[in-house]
Amino acid sequence: MLEIMEGSHAVAEIVKRCRPQVIAAYPITPQTHIVEALAQMVADCELDADYITVESEFSALSACLGASAAGSRVYSATTSQGLALMFEVCFNVAGLRQPIVMTIANRSLGAPLSIWNDQQDSISLRDSGWLQVYAEDNQEAVDLHMIAYRVCEDHDVLLPAFVCFDGYVLTHTYEPVSIPTQEEVDAYLPAFNPYQRLDASNPLSFGMYATPDYYMEFRYEIDRAQHRAKEVFAKAGREFARQFERDYSAPVEGYRLEDADTAIVAMGSICGTAKDAVDEMRDAGKTAGLLKIRMFRPFPAEEIRDALKGVSTVAVLDRNISLGSGGGVGTEVKAALSGSGTAVYDYIVALGGRDIRKKDIAGIVDLAEEGRGDMFYGLRTEVL
Amino acid sequence: MTAVPEGCDLFTPGHRACGGCGPALAARLLLRATGENVIVVNSTGCMEVFSTPYPETAWGVPWIHSLFENAAAVASGIEASLKKQGRSEKVVCICGDGATFDIGMLCISGAFERGHDITYVCYDNEAYMNTGIQRSGATPYAASTTTSPAGACSPGNVRPKKDMPAILAAHGAPYVATASIAYPADFEKKVRRAINTPGPCYIQVHTPCCTGWGFESSETINMAKLAIETGLWVNYEMANGTVEKAKKVKRKPVEEYLSRQKRFQHLFKPTRRDDLIAEIQRIADANAERFGIDIRSKEPRE
Repeated sequence: MLEIMEGSHAVAEIVKRCRPQVIAAYPITPQTHIVEALAQMVADCELDADYITVESEFSALSACLGASAAGSRVYSATTSQGLALMFEVCFNVAGLRQPIVMTIANRSLGAPLSIWNDQQDSISLRDSGWLQVYAEDNQEAVDLHMIAYRVCEDHDVLLPAFVCFDGYVLTHTYEPVSIPTQEEVDAYLPAFNPYQRLDASNPLSFGMYATPDYYMEFRYEIDRAQHRAKEVFAKAGREFARQFERDYSAPVEGYRLEDADTAIVAMGSICGTAKDAVDEMRDAGKTAGLLKIRMFRPFPAEEIRDALKGVSTVAVLDRNISLGSGGGVGTEVKAALSGSGTAVYDYIVALGGRDIRKKDIAGIVDLAEEGRGDMFYGLRTEVL
Repeated sequence: MTAVPEGCDLFTPGHRACGGCGPALAARLLLRATGENVIVVNSTGCMEVFSTPYPETAWGVPWIHSLFENAAAVASGIEASLKKQGRSEKVVCICGDGATFDIGMLCISGAFERGHDITYVCYDNEAYMNTGIQRSGATPYAASTTTSPAGACSPGNVRPKKDMPAILAAHGAPYVATASIAYPADFEKKVRRAINTPGPCYIQVHTPCCTGWGFESSETINMAKLAIETGLWVNYEMANGTVEKAKKVKRKPVEEYLSRQKRFQHLFKPTRRDDLIAEIQRIADANAERFGIDIRSKEPRE
């Protein structure tokens, strides 16, 4: 049944139904409503979890790491500066192979201080070993949490995951969502079955020190697990589709792409606007389409190549910038399409909460078709 | 990993610590006191490096290392996780002074303020030892380290030791103690008291480092003893913020302790620095006064 609710509350509702045993989080805008809602659920005995009110995001993820290693399903949420503060722990969680699911309410990073949306935060952690999925709308955000727990805890994966959804644009937006019942979630997501745990009856050492003789093999194993996660995600997505009739099994999703000459490539809530822009361009006789990237890590290079076969021009909308280089998504799409003959242009758009509208997207498609790209789009030149 | 053979310590031989390593002895004594029903969280530092070179481990109990600074936060999560699962293992952190006094302060303060049922043991060797003997907040006044070197215009480390036990007692910790590897039974007794006291407890155990301090590896215990006998280290217990008991001594001059360590050699040569030695003596005298450790003549030695 559809209910109209705020994105953050929808996420909190599904997290509750995923039955985390330990939650450790520090409030930060625009993630705050999620963790406040969960704290209330614990206070009301609706959720049987230990909620650790840590003193920082650094400790939030550290506590999650300990709780997970000791054998509990755990949850956290953060954004922006909070995620930056977790940077070191993020690498360790992945290296220690703890299947932690963390919601990222995507937000820009300072300086200058900005609380508004872009995807600089999670993109900046792309090398940390965490799986990364991005939701277009609140329904997808809800559903991806269930799938993320399934994938992370799979013994062929054992990696943590960010479920990313755009700050304010989704977190603070009320839209209709269907929240699966507890029974439905239980049927989809079994209780946590840790592969190994800290346990006095079976003493193991976690997180030992590796000399050059061993370190590289650990990194290889994490990389292999990332690649396996794609298959496990597809399977978990197919089973989800069977149960809930919403299909997220593909790491990318095409919209009116079959006969498109020009394709927009984007992640997150911007895809909704882009779909409308594609419809309008189609009405105006332009053969445009959209490729939505749902999964950024592992990066679905092969699926992107397949989806963009026959497309002559690609315009990537990047809500992040690897300063001194280009957008994170554009760079990887270019690498995936190298040698294919497709022209790929990258556009840095909508940083720090700047609006992006349908006509901007149409304008970007025009620029790409003229061969002009790899630029910041929508700069206010009068203030430069 | 297989179980530790009967009769063996839970902290097993074969690790890579230097001969005469104070921290290695502390680890062994710690596990003797905790027994098997414990989960150990170990910060980055000497101990983690010498005890767990993959694929070997010296730890006969479940052990986790995450980072330099987050042991107390990881322990918080472990404790919450065990509670949720209805399990009874004790959670013990063991961390060096750098991980405790300096970089880990945020996580420790958070864990103690929240009141987790954990025991945090700091092995205090008074500098960052595995990275090459740099000063920490635990480095004593006038010790020469590689980042607080004595020189023509420097006495070495210019600040006194940070008072971590008082800081943690101020967090409302129910039990705070200092200990020394020179008194193993006392240390073990304190560990047992800490793990059996609900709430966050803190023990700071003095663990001389022959490499970092510059003394013969056979002298570790003597050096630990001299620290106590000069009053530069005081063994005491605090319950709910009140000092209960401090070990009494018939004090020796600090010179006996300082002169036997390379880190204080600049106090004696090329020219004798009576001013600095006197300053360190004042620190010992202040300790003696604060904790009432002096055995006066005719008083029975405790």
